[in-house]
Amino acid sequence: MQDRKLKEEFKKLEEVGYDVEEKSRAGSFVQENDKVLLADIKEENVEILSIEDAIEKFPEVREGYFGKAFEKLGKDYDKDTKGGYFIRVKKGKKVLFPVQACLLLKTRRFKQKVHNIVIVEEGAELYLITGCTSSKAADESYHLGISEFFVHKNGFLNFTMIHSWKKDIEVEPKSIAIVEEGGVFISNYMSFKPVRRIEMYPTAILEGKNSRGRFNSIIISYPESYQDIGSRAILAEKGALAEIVSRALSFGGTIIARGHLKATSPEVKGHLECKGLVITEKGRIHAIPELETLFQDVEISHEAAIGKVKKEEIEYLASKGMPEEQAQSIIIRGFMNTEILGLPDIIKKEIDRITKNLTEKSF
Amino acid sequence: MLEIKNLTVVAENGSEILKDLSLKIGKGEILVMFGPNGSGKSTLIKTIIGISGYKIKKGNIYFDSKEIKNLSISERAKIGIGVMFQQPPEISGVKLYQIAKFLEKDDNVIFEYARKLNLTEFLDRDVNVDFSGGERKRSELFQLLLQKPKLLLLDEPESGVDIENISIMGKVLDEFLKNNECSVLIITHTGYILEYISADRGCVMMNGRICCSDKPDKIFRDIRKSGYEKCEVCRCKIEN
Repeated sequence: MQDRKLKEEFKKLEEVGYDVEEKSRAGSFVQENDKVLLADIKEENVEILSIEDAIEKFPEVREGYFGKAFEKLGKDYDKDTKGGYFIRVKKGKKVLFPVQACLLLKTRRFKQKVHNIVIVEEGAELYLITGCTSSKAADESYHLGISEFFVHKNGFLNFTMIHSWKKDIEVEPKSIAIVEEGGVFISNYMSFKPVRRIEMYPTAILEGKNSRGRFNSIIISYPESYQDIGSRAILAEKGALAEIVSRALSFGGTIIARGHLKATSPEVKGHLECKGLVITEKGRIHAIPELETLFQDVEISHEAAIGKVKKEEIEYLASKGMPEEQAQSIIIRGFMNTEILGLPDIIKKEIDRITKNLTEKSF
Repeated sequence: MLEIKNLTVVAENGSEILKDLSLKIGKGEILVMFGPNGSGKSTLIKTIIGISGYKIKKGNIYFDSKEIKNLSISERAKIGIGVMFQQPPEISGVKLYQIAKFLEKDDNVIFEYARKLNLTEFLDRDVNVDFSGGERKRSELFQLLLQKPKLLLLDEPESGVDIENISIMGKVLDEFLKNNECSVLIITHTGYILEYISADRGCVMMNGRICCSDKPDKIFRDIRKSGYEKCEVCRCKIEN
């Protein structure tokens, strides 16, 4: 259980979806710099530990999971990490409320490097919300997040990551998900605050028959921010299905919105949708959708559209008596509307609350 | 209520669409405007509300005796001008209910109009997205009536709408007009809406000018009989 002092400390984490009271959470994990402050379980079906504790306690984690997703893609990863969470839901168990995790950068020029592992065993189900943020003092800090997700047969993982950094911080999440037969991996990513640089290209390997992957991203960029953010799905077995949906919004920063669907098996389907709005003159959005197949019998497609808020839409709302600025704000909120992303209610409510706060402050 | 004096409007490419047009609509008066495609009818409505892309080269627009051409679109709406657009835009993520709630705080009124116009299930839909022609028109009328303007500008309210929907819309609009003293400008091609609304006056626009003015049913009958070609020759120089 959290004591009162920790609760007060954690209050500032609310802007990244953290629920201090934990009333509608199955458990919580909080790490500040490289120190794990909390690994708290509220529902018995889930295990939450620091990665170091998990490796020590469970040999199968060290031997069967740690680094294995990266090895599968032949990718190297930083071994010099400290902390990170281990979350596991056992076979057939369903976790009612989301688990929440928070990674906080607390001090100046700190390099936070974490390694996270999430395991959803056969037929199990988990919603996970991870908030990553920084305190006012964390000038020129750096965050590296290595994450490995294992969704076993018929498992379900809905992973939401909310980034809320500050303008002199650099961030490099590196994530790979492995999804087995009938498994579902859903990733929801939101970046809401100024940041110096974010570079990420998470990948889901849909290696099981009829496995599914979906990436939803909402990216907001401010002046002097550089966000090179993509999502990749490798459709590696028959019946695999992937969707990538992104919404990019530039108030002056640069967004590289990437997406990559790669079919390495026949009889797979995928769709990629990337839409961007450039709100101010200096905003830059570069959408790079990629489709690739090694087989003839696949259905993969993409649509991309970038531009400004349509004057026709603003004028339409203005003709109802809505001031032009308010009309623009409503259209932008609508553009980011999480309903487009098909999120589950519990996650949607959380994100709507956060976006409402942010857009009210921004416009 | 509305007075337009010697209005000349040009499009972005510089071509003149409205040419020295003058028009008056009195308080509580319902004016029906006929005219072939491309004659400038929709431009007139867009110019009155202030939609971009049309520049006033000459002339003035007065609403309640005040010049409005320098007001923003939302300011014109706030002083009492409302438009039912012929081709409203689709706005993803913005719900019909959100707009309705902006226009009218009382949910009872919103749901009552939604019920009357068969729009209840559309309230939580993105406005105009995947709406059929008839649904768009009903949605436009719904918003317009919630706005409660003093001057209603209806741009082809019945185009693309089946008879059943015209009947629904016509009855709701007629009831509204009976209970509210509004001025109305209706642009119509088919004249079907006139079966439900008793207009005071009709006019025909040809090539950016009002070329005749008479009783609406008489004009409509003549147009049905002889088409628009005759309008220009037989009815010119009639006072607006």
